[in-house]
Amino acid sequence: MEDKGLFKEFIKGIYKENPITALFLGLCPALAVTTSLINGLGMGLAATFVLLFSNIIVSSVKGIVPRKIRIPIYIVIIATFVTIVELIMAGFIPSLFRALGIYVPLIVVNCIILGRAEAFASKNSLGKSTIDALGMGVGFTIVLVFLGAVREILGDGKLLGHYLFGPEFEPVLLMILPPGAFILIGLILGTINWIEIRKNQKIFLKFKEKKLITTENPE
Amino acid sequence: MELKLLLIIAVYSIFIQNFVLTRFLGLCPFIGVSKKMSSAVGMGFAVIFVMTLASIVTWLVYNYFLDPSTSILKYFSSEGTAPDLTFLRTIAFILVIASLVQFIEMFIQKTSPSLYRALGIYLPLITTNCAVLGVALLNIEGNPSIGIEGKFTFIQSVVQGFSAGVGFLIILILISGLREKLELKEIPESLKGVPIAFITAGLMAIAFLGFSGLTL
Repeated sequence: MEDKGLFKEFIKGIYKENPITALFLGLCPALAVTTSLINGLGMGLAATFVLLFSNIIVSSVKGIVPRKIRIPIYIVIIATFVTIVELIMAGFIPSLFRALGIYVPLIVVNCIILGRAEAFASKNSLGKSTIDALGMGVGFTIVLVFLGAVREILGDGKLLGHYLFGPEFEPVLLMILPPGAFILIGLILGTINWIEIRKNQKIFLKFKEKKLITTENPE
Repeated sequence: MELKLLLIIAVYSIFIQNFVLTRFLGLCPFIGVSKKMSSAVGMGFAVIFVMTLASIVTWLVYNYFLDPSTSILKYFSSEGTAPDLTFLRTIAFILVIASLVQFIEMFIQKTSPSLYRALGIYLPLITTNCAVLGVALLNIEGNPSIGIEGKFTFIQSVVQGFSAGVGFLIILILISGLREKLELKEIPESLKGVPIAFITAGLMAIAFLGFSGLTL
């Protein structure tokens, strides 16, 4: 039973409570760095690292932290891990560090991390907080990888640096530029809405078949 | 010459490298607050205020404590050289911003209750606004497109902080005006609300791309 509960905490971060598409958190880095798949993946993993360890520490100290000053304390914890990530990246993957630019230190104000620390890790057990962080991080990374892949393929004609199409392919330059990111995320959110509306309509029709509802219009 | 550079910084921060539409900073309040013009304007002014003050204080902290070439810590060390503490900028800046916002909120609450009622609820949100920490970091990164290689000077930082806030305010006013109008239009069900707001922002971003050809 405990296992099933933990798995649920993980899986919710992927779709139902995906930080970007359902909670609208973490949009700044999601749109800014996804000019290629590798950049999106790098940012996703870095943010997941910070989210995971911040959740662990915040959950471990939740009994000792006074409520009034909890937000500054969480911020210091998160900022410490962001600095660790910055230094690791600068030392071991300098090309990625240069590509991500100021968005690496900006992970500290990524609403997902402070949001999960405040809303979940400060009120739940260590095990649950760890799984929650992993789920949210993976969900975030999946969206970033998807955005990065689409923008790189359409906007550059490449994937992971390899050219996909022949020399006659004219890439849609707009996708790599800011407007492309905005329009793409708008369309993605619209698609998810469409899926959810269809799902609700199906459930409504099922109920109607079994004569559980008699009204005409679904809510 | 100096004044011309300041004006260039201002134009860059407001139009050519707009914080919201070009640098993707400040998107959370962009979506959360832009449904009504009045709340957007309130948030915009609060952001200008915080960004300018944050630019000032973070520059002072970086210049006199973290950057080894100008740090005052060199007077406390035995060899006369200050330690390179630039890696602490993330922690230092976010603590400065969080404390600053706290003080501003308390100050406004005491001195001007009417202003507090107008701006007060947005202030805690501004702490996690990427744009505030973003401008503090940009002040020390320099801007090669304008010709500033290292960190900005004090006045340049203040100008960039203020102009970035102004750019943010302009965008908020534009998008909230558009969203208020969109509420009354017929939009496909799946796109209502946030998706159409993002697509609108994308179209605005295309318009602002036009500024990128501006050479000063």
